[in-house]
Amino acid sequence: MIQSNTITKELDVYAIRQQFPALNRQVKGQPLVYFDNAATTQKPQVVIDALVDYYTNYNANVHRGIHTLAEEATAAFEASRDAARQFINAASREEIIFTRGTTEGINLVAFTWGRKNIKAGDEIIITEMEHHSNIVPWQLLCEEKGATLRVIPQLNGELLLDEYKKLLSSRTKLVSVVHVSNALGTVNPVEEIIKLAHQAGALVMIDGAQSSVHLDIDVQAMDCDFFAFSSHKVYGPTGIGVLYGKKHILEAMPPFQGGGEMIKEVSMLKTTFNDLPYKFEAGTPNIGDAVVLKAALDYVSKVGKEKIRNHEKELLAYATEQVQQIPGIRIIGSAAEKVSVLSFVIDKVHPQDIGILLDNRGIAVRTGHHCAQPLMFCFGIPGTIRASFAMYNTKEEVDKLIVGLQKALKMLL
Amino acid sequence: MSDQKTIQEIENEIVEEFSLFDSWDDKYEYIIDLGKKLPVLEDKHKLDENKVRGCQSTVWLVADYIDGKVHFKADSDAVIVKGLISMLIRVLSGHTPDEIIQASLGFIQKIGMTTHLAQTRSNGLLAMVKQMKNFALAYKIKNTMSHGERSAETKSN
Ligand SMILES: Cc1ncc(COP(=O)(O)O)c(C=O)c1O
Repeated sequence: MIQSNTITKELDVYAIRQQFPALNRQVKGQPLVYFDNAATTQKPQVVIDALVDYYTNYNANVHRGIHTLAEEATAAFEASRDAARQFINAASREEIIFTRGTTEGINLVAFTWGRKNIKAGDEIIITEMEHHSNIVPWQLLCEEKGATLRVIPQLNGELLLDEYKKLLSSRTKLVSVVHVSNALGTVNPVEEIIKLAHQAGALVMIDGAQSSVHLDIDVQAMDCDFFAFSSHKVYGPTGIGVLYGKKHILEAMPPFQGGGEMIKEVSMLKTTFNDLPYKFEAGTPNIGDAVVLKAALDYVSKVGKEKIRNHEKELLAYATEQVQQIPGIRIIGSAAEKVSVLSFVIDKVHPQDIGILLDNRGIAVRTGHHCAQPLMFCFGIPGTIRASFAMYNTKEEVDKLIVGLQKALKMLL
Repeated sequence: MSDQKTIQEIENEIVEEFSLFDSWDDKYEYIIDLGKKLPVLEDKHKLDENKVRGCQSTVWLVADYIDGKVHFKADSDAVIVKGLISMLIRVLSGHTPDEIIQASLGFIQKIGMTTHLAQTRSNGLLAMVKQMKNFALAYKIKNTMSHGERSAETKSN
């Protein structure tokens, strides 16, 4: 009673766990310990219910019919756009484009803005710690246009900003950077990166796949030109995501795909395109998942990002400390600013063996290169063991991980 | 020659051995042990062209064809995978191309390894099996081309 203060500040993780039905299941005869949240998060009941509700009660195509169901579906679809706008504090709803996820958001920018604006001799800057989805689209674009891809190096998981400054020039047209590294957990100093890029006259795209679930995102304060994230990493359904772009930039961009929804008028001679954001949403969108995204974002906001962040921070600190007990362990990525990801290797042991033996105890971690092969190459390793935390994880689960690791090593060494 | 066990007999042997284990830990300990005991492949074989694709760990597989029989050697940087290959070698190595091509390898399922290993890893296992069968097929084709009708005799030996 006296502690009402701490109760509002602290997450009631056991109450939260009740809301995620997947956490009740057993794996290999043990209660599931789910530490693969950077790959995708589990879904709370409200999200699952919202999906069932949509298909049960108001499934219809959007923006077309005048019947009741179509109006309800359209209203929910657009309400979700508003929720996404609010979630990242975009200035207007026209700046929120529904995509399949982060990957499609980045590809959309590369394909439309990139093809129009990148010319031979231009340069695009990315970093050494990018996910493949923020490397390959730019490689393809550079190859097509005769442009050059430049890479900001990192050391122990931190970007070398002095090197970045040296890379920037009048040739730089775009800087595309991961906000939070999925392989290391590093939070990159995007504000400074953006400011420097703008001074050089370049635009900036932020890969928010990992950051959007942990950090407060304010695209206006950040001043990025593009920001992409995926619903499935924010406790929402798969198959839907958001691309944010500044309005004047989106307006000047050619459309992505052609089809229904994205047009104003079509004749056989000429087509005029629809207004934002529909210009970039050709065809029937993923209505069901888009609608449910709102339920996920509302849920996260209701629990409170700050509380979630504090809880995850505590877990990460605890896990980092505990894991050091394991002989031969090396933590990969020791940036000062990190969220929710603990990546490590163990001497003389292949990550895959650890992954198999942990799974045998119901503990789900990710092993491998985490779609960041260039980064793994920098560290001189084929991959890591990665435990990534979410709001519903507990210290007891971290303890199980440590015991699991000890047992695995006893078997392997 | 005639006392050589058939592929099916070896598969049955492995299934029987695994039936003695009460826990998954015991099974894995056994597989890890097999992995550790599998002779390392000489470095000259650890080439990109000998890598089996579709596996999270690196797996090298080479084959030899001696007196109508295919002999396999393999290695991996992950020990559980190495143990699994060791079992595949025990089952398939030293048999004719036809026997290898026709092997059902039902033991993998019977000892619980397909359901127990997650998709990506069991794909690795399947990739190894596929590669071993491909070697057998290649030798069979080569054999038919160079020996013509005689390949049928080799088979009945
Ligand atoms: C940093 C980062 N960028 C991009 C992606 C791609 O996201 P998606 O597969 O949802 O498109 C991921 C997902 O793993 C990621 O972690």
